[in-house]
Amino acid sequence: MAEVLVVVDASGGTVRKVTLEMLTMARALGEPSAVVLGAPGTAAPLTAALGEYGAAKVYVAEHDDLDGFLVAPKAEVLAALVAEKSPAAVLLSSGQEGKEIAGRLAVKLGNGLLTDVSALDADGTATQSVFAGSWVVKSKVTTGVPLVTVRPNSLTPEAAPAAAEQVGVEVAVSDKAKKVAVVERVTAQKSARPELTEASVVVSGGRGVGSAENFALVEELADLLGGAVGASRAATDGGFYPHKYQVGQTGSTVSPQLYIALGISGAIQHRAGMQTAKRIVAVNKDDEAPIFDLADFGVVGDLFKVVPQAVEGIKNRR
Amino acid sequence: MNIVVLVKQVPDSGAERSLAGDGWSVDRSGGTNVINEMDEYAIEEALRLKDETGAQVTLLTVGPDHAVDSIRKALSMGPDAAVHVSDEAVAGSDALGTAKVIAAALGTLEYDLILSGAESTDGGVQVLPHLLAELLDIAALTGARKVTVEDGGLLVERQTEDGYEVLRASGKAIVSVWDTINTPRYPSLKGIMAAKRKPVTTLTLADLGVDAATVGRSGAATTVLSAEPRPARGAGVKVADNGDGGDQLVAYLTAEKFV
Ligand SMILES: Cc1cc2nc3c(=O)[nH]c(=O)nc-3n(C[C@H](O)[C@H](O)[C@H](O)COP(=O)(O)OP(=O)(O)OC[C@H]3O[C@@H](n4cnc5c(N)ncnc54)[C@H](O)[C@@H]3O)c2cc1C
Repeated sequence: MAEVLVVVDASGGTVRKVTLEMLTMARALGEPSAVVLGAPGTAAPLTAALGEYGAAKVYVAEHDDLDGFLVAPKAEVLAALVAEKSPAAVLLSSGQEGKEIAGRLAVKLGNGLLTDVSALDADGTATQSVFAGSWVVKSKVTTGVPLVTVRPNSLTPEAAPAAAEQVGVEVAVSDKAKKVAVVERVTAQKSARPELTEASVVVSGGRGVGSAENFALVEELADLLGGAVGASRAATDGGFYPHKYQVGQTGSTVSPQLYIALGISGAIQHRAGMQTAKRIVAVNKDDEAPIFDLADFGVVGDLFKVVPQAVEGIKNRR
Repeated sequence: MNIVVLVKQVPDSGAERSLAGDGWSVDRSGGTNVINEMDEYAIEEALRLKDETGAQVTLLTVGPDHAVDSIRKALSMGPDAAVHVSDEAVAGSDALGTAKVIAAALGTLEYDLILSGAESTDGGVQVLPHLLAELLDIAALTGARKVTVEDGGLLVERQTEDGYEVLRASGKAIVSVWDTINTPRYPSLKGIMAAKRKPVTTLTLADLGVDAATVGRSGAATTVLSAEPRPARGAGVKVADNGDGGDQLVAYLTAEKFV
């Protein structure tokens, strides 16, 4: 069976859910092999999960240069592996780095690149959303090994245990690929909540939440639902919540099972980041707010009355 | 120092956007076209460096003839000159095709630093900086929230998923900037008047020595099979809060098995 390379996206020693989605998606095209690119010791804690979700092999490329310099070294190592293995396709996650590696591969190998893919058929037809999810495009790579970046939350990962046989990959990074060095990495305290782009529930607050203190209410609802917290740009610009939680055109794109918008009007730039959510719920005191055009369930009312009551209601059901 | 800012004319993201009838490309014919909003932050950053170091700032855009309007508007903020690549053969290019054209145009210019917006509001695939870096053998850094020029290179700070990182680029670089980096200035009346006299050089693919067959639709390594607007979301339920809005919300979440 044809081999499909899945470039592992992981953080802090755990595989991101999108990696499991890619392993699941890859099975439509052939037999998935995982590729781990990182500093020495990156692969060990990931291997079990990769095997559980169908990786027959795990290519392990570990070197300090892969972590100490930005993107180009990973692309160089991966390009060599692709040239050697001629896989049926290469899947990467549609995060910033995944897209950047894929772009570099496309130049190096002269291959077609499809980004933000949500589904892949056995014949290689990919489904993409464009214009912030308002159009659905089906496309295909016509030249070379298809390079596909996969949008998180595209499908439900299915386990399919495989051997996860470790195969070492030699790493020799050229000087050409060492143009951008990492001087410092500062890790903020990690929240206990799921990551915004991976969460199956996202509860977001907007200008209507009114202040940083009031965001506690958004957090409380998110925690009760096991979700992540998001914010509109008005809320991040207003200093209610950190910028990295912004959802929308200039923030994260999320595609959860449930998106709850509290005090958010639903500007097109906000919708750009959330309109592919499976279910959308809105609480807004303005009956005419555009967010209601998207909402599967909307409550016209004051969020400071509606949300506390909902919070109580959920607690009482426990 | 010479800075080139990549700017792009896009359909206004505040309005409805659509794909052209052939499904291949963004419909850029009608409606309001504006400078890609993110690119204004790149222009501002270039102008900040111009104010600091006396850098020369040139805008580079690839797009149809009417992109000239957006170029004049961008020039009114303060850049010195612009280069406009306009050729029908570019239409339908994929990201790589576009990158090849931009790389060729950059080849005709002096530059130490290239700036762009971190994302375009239309087809943007965010990969352009790295495509150009591969094609031109220069450094690429994306999503900058702070740029500092130092001897022989740059220091760039950018937000990451878990915090932030500081990066050092050596030699020539392309940097895409995020909208947290600055606040773009408004053009002054003087700037608007001056923009009318600033040089705008128009180039075709032939001028750049780019073979039209390697870009545009024929040069694309991908093909579009179909393109359709996403089906409208089914009409939802909207209730007015008469004192039980929260309870109704819980009932909905329970019925949908989220609680
Ligand atoms: C280039 C560009 C990029 C952008 N990118 C983004 C982006 O990534 N993400 C983003 O979100 N925006 C983005 N925006 C901004 C966007 O256009 C809107 O300005 C923004 O989304 C508005 O945020 P909001 O809905 O919270 O605020 P508003 O539009 O002010 O809406 C607040 C809402 O809260 C409601 N409300 C107030 N009080 C209450 C209450 N007590 N109870 C219930 N409801 C209440 C009001 O009725 C109103 O509908 C971008 C804009 C530009 C130009």
